[in-house]
This record gives sequence, structure tokens and C-alpha cells, in this order.
Amino acid sequence: MKEFIKRSEGLWLFTRSPAVMIAAVIAILIFIGAAFAPWIASVNPYDLGSFSLMDGLLPPIWQEGGISQFMLGTDDQGRDMISSILYGARLSLLIGLSAMAIATVLGVGLGLAAGFYGGRFDAIIMRIADIQLALPAILTALLIDGIARGILPPEVQQDLRVVVLTLAIALSLWVNFARTARASTFVEMNKEYVQAAIIMGQGPIRIMFIHILPNILGPLLVIMTVDLASAILLEATLSFLGIGLAADSPSLGTLIRIGMQFMLSGEWWILWIPTLFLVALVVSINTLGDFMRDVFNPGLR
Amino acid sequence: MFYFIYKRLIQSVFVMLAVAFLAFSLFRFVGDPITQMTGVETSVVDQERLREELGLNDPFISQFGRFTVDMLQGDFGYSFRTRQPVAEMIASRIPATLELGVVALLISLVVGIPAGVYTALRPRGVITQTILITTLIGISIPTFVIGIMLIFLFGVQLGWLPTFGRGETVNIGFWESSFFSIDGWRALILPAVTLGVYQLTLTMRLVRAQMMDVMRSDYIRFATARGVPMRQLYFRHALANTMVPVITIIGLQFGGVIAFSIVTESVFQWPGMGLLFLESIRFVDIPVMGVYLVVIAFFFVVVNLLVDLLYVAIDPRLRV
Repeated sequence: MKEFIKRSEGLWLFTRSPAVMIAAVIAILIFIGAAFAPWIASVNPYDLGSFSLMDGLLPPIWQEGGISQFMLGTDDQGRDMISSILYGARLSLLIGLSAMAIATVLGVGLGLAAGFYGGRFDAIIMRIADIQLALPAILTALLIDGIARGILPPEVQQDLRVVVLTLAIALSLWVNFARTARASTFVEMNKEYVQAAIIMGQGPIRIMFIHILPNILGPLLVIMTVDLASAILLEATLSFLGIGLAADSPSLGTLIRIGMQFMLSGEWWILWIPTLFLVALVVSINTLGDFMRDVFNPGLR
Repeated sequence: MFYFIYKRLIQSVFVMLAVAFLAFSLFRFVGDPITQMTGVETSVVDQERLREELGLNDPFISQFGRFTVDMLQGDFGYSFRTRQPVAEMIASRIPATLELGVVALLISLVVGIPAGVYTALRPRGVITQTILITTLIGISIPTFVIGIMLIFLFGVQLGWLPTFGRGETVNIGFWESSFFSIDGWRALILPAVTLGVYQLTLTMRLVRAQMMDVMRSDYIRFATARGVPMRQLYFRHALANTMVPVITIIGLQFGGVIAFSIVTESVFQWPGMGLLFLESIRFVDIPVMGVYLVVIAFFFVVVNLLVDLLYVAIDPRLRV
């Protein structure tokens, strides 16, 4: 084990930076909690029968009046805060991860193709990317969401909320992937192995995905981490603005929006616990992203 | 140089046309304008007549042409939701957003540039480390959470500052301003700080990186060797050369300020364009969405043109 750690530079750096280790532990705990929410959480916050109004507005256990059944207290409906947060994080992560995955596939595909073919195709893709880069992601996401509201018939709007939100976020994040993939592809194109593959008459798809892609993965992994954090933040912001998910299927952002109503009345936990949770999640993912950037670009150290 | 500006102007016109085209496509293809305007009891025949009268059956290009000409004359159509002219609705909201954005940008520059210079000149000091850690946290916390925290601390706990609305405003012609009353300024502080924090960290990081770069360059080393006083060295020789990228970032930040003003305005119920845009998304008020886009694009284009002109003013090498 020790030998292995010594040989891998990334792992060695990892064992040397406590902040990154803490961030990794927090991120992993939240991921596990979110993934297994239905088994960990004591109640299902979407099932109105599983909690009771009688338990409403109980404070966390360390405060007077808190009971051990609800460690972090309850909201006004009597929902257990832990369960709400786990289910909320589940939705937030589900949307964040899928949006990131779609953005990766779309952006890397277009970026690879732009770098490989060059010429007019490259010019068109990069022009679109430039225009979109001038608009902040949140504005793009809001717009796509607004357009979806106009196009989709009202009956399916509620059911497709998660899909629309995911796509809106994905379409506002693909640009980073495309630009990075294109720039790295340009560099690879001049290397002998690519030239050799072209001369051997291999197909463009094969060259792009089998030969070039594995060699440009490093910087893309960094962007994936950073964009996961952006996607989670975007989702939280949209839901907080009331544009994202509705109150009956709350994500972390929706929970914070609901908690705002209790800011003045003293039930601090309804607002601050989900907020703390969201910030912890985003800060840990960002810390991991920074760490990965350092590992892949030793020049920045 | 005139050729350069001329070229930029032509480019700007094309950008505006593209955005107008986008806004028009939104208006024309997202939802049917006729169903939005008429009630359930309108017969199909009447709907068709209205369609013909409004020219919705004309070729796409001529419709777009009419749309553009109307826009140039200040006719932006009517809101689906309030039935008011969109031009009036947006114009009445512009002052609030611009005042918020300008103050936020000023905070970002007035605090960000000195902080960036200081942290670059004293990279190992305790104050520098504190500033750097603070900005790292600031960059990771979403804007709306910063807003909530400020409201909680200064509005609810301490009760020092108002937490929503613009406070007392003064009308100067068409411009409703909160700059002329103490109440207005008090209402402006929290939203402007919320909006400015993220931009501040960007400004600081950029100025710091530029400054560190410049300080390593040969001409600074020679100036030091020649015995140029430190103060003059820092502020005359070094800072002046960091200004070009800083001005670029101001141009870019303007976009960020406008976009995040949507979030800030929502948290503080600030009656600006962003809040209007959010409402228009919620009610699928397509005309307002489209015009908001056009207005934002116009600001972008103007700011970027100004930035280009400033380059020429600041960097003598561009004047050839």
C-alpha cells in the first residue's frame, strides 16, 4: 500500500493535504447519504401520510424541546429535517450529475469534432460557444427553462420539470468542455500517433474516440468536477428563485426557499441547516476540483 | 484607429440583429400569439381574421423586418400578462437595475483593485493570507446564500438596514433614483454588497495575478536597479500596465452583474429588470422575455464598445 501511494503522485499529494481529505470525506458522505436516502431517512418527505402536523416546528435535539426522533428538528409540516435534506440532496445530485454528464458528452463530442475537422465546422461551433460564453450560465438556463414552459403543453410540465431543469443546466455548461476538448485535440492532431492513424486509413470516429480522447482526459476530468459544483449551484439557484423544482419535490434550493419564510420567526434550523448542507457540498466539490487541477497541471503549483 | 472603431460598430449591429432575431423567433414560435390574445369563446374564423390582420400569415422575413423596424421606433409590443406596453414596463425598471449594478461594480473595483495590489506585493503576509482565504470562501458560497446571510445579520438580528425594496426614491424626469435620499442609500447597501462580493473576488484575483506577473518583468527589475522610489514603481510603472486586462474584466463583469442581479433582485425584492424577467418566465410572458434579452444585449454591446475605446485611451500602442 505504501509503495503504491509513493508511486502515484496524486495519491501522495492527497495524503499530504488535510483540507482536501476533509473535503473528500464530506463529499463522499453526502453522496452516500443521497444515494441511499430511501433506506437511511426515517420518513419519506414526498409521502404526506408518513409524517404528522403534530410534530411540526420541533427544534434540533441540542436545543430545548428537541426530541431524539428528529435529530435536526422538523419543518412546519412535521417533516423530519434529516429526511428532507437527504431526499433534497438526492434530487440536487441527480440533476447535477446528469446535467454534467450530458454537458460532457455534448461538449466533448463537439469539441473533438471541431478540433479534428477544423475549418468551417470548427468556426461555427466556436462562434456559438463564444456567444454563449458572453452570457452567464444562469441567464442561459433561465431562458431555456422559459422557452420550455412556452413550448410544452401544461399537462406534462410538472412531470417533465426535472428533465427540463437538467437540460437547461446541461445546455448552459457544455461550452467549457467543447473549448477544452478542441484546444487539446489541436495539440494532439500534430502528434505522430494521430498522423499515423490517419495514414493507416482509420475512420474519424475511431481516431477521435479511441486514440485522441484517452490522451485529453486529464483536463476534462478537472472541468467535470468544477462543472458538477456549478451544476448543483445552478439547480439550487433556479429552485431558490422558484423557477426550478416545486415545493412538493424539494431539492436543496427549494428547501432554502421554503426556509426563508421562517427567518423572522425564530425557527432557524429550517433555513440554515439546508443552507449549510448545500454550501458544504459545493465547497468540498470545488476543493476537490482545485486539487485535481493541481495534480494535472504541475506547473501551477 | 477609426477603422478599428468602424469595424466594431458594424459587428455590434450584427450582434443586435442576431439577438433581435432570437427575440422574434421566441415571440413567433414559442406558443401561439393568437391563443394568448384571444379567449376561449373566440371562434376559429375570428382567430383567422385576427391572424390575417396582424400579418401573422406573411412570409417570415417580412414579419421579422416589421418587428425590427417597430423596435427601432421604440414599439416593443404588449405584455401577455399585464396588457401594458413592454417598452414602458422595462423602461420603468431600468433605473433600479442600473443603479444596483453600478454600485456593485464600484464596490468590486474600489475594494478589489487595492486588495489585489496589496496581496501581490506582500504575498506572504498574514493579512494577505486572511484576504485570500476569505475570498476563497466568498467564491464558493452562492449569491443567494450571501444575500440571505446579510439579511439575517444586518436586517433581522441587528436591525440596522432594510432588507427589501428600494426605500425612498426621487423622480428626476423619467429616472427614478434612490441616490438622493438616505433611506434609498440604506436600502441599496445590502443588495449591492451581495451582488458585488463575487465580482470583487474576481477583480482581486485578476489584479493580483497581473500585478505579480508585471513585478517579475525586466523593466521593473531595471527600474528597481535604477533606484526608482518604491511608491512610484508600484503605482506608476506596475499598476498602469495591469490596467488593460482589468478593463477587459470590467466589461465581462458587467454581464455577470446583470445576470446575477436577477438573483439579488429576487432575494431583496428589488424592483428592477431582473425581477420583471423572473416574473415573465414564471408566467410565460414571451414579449417581456424577448425584449429583456434585446435590452441586455444592447447594454452588452455599448459596454464592450466603451471598453474598446478605453483601450485606445489607456494603451498608447493601440493609437497607431
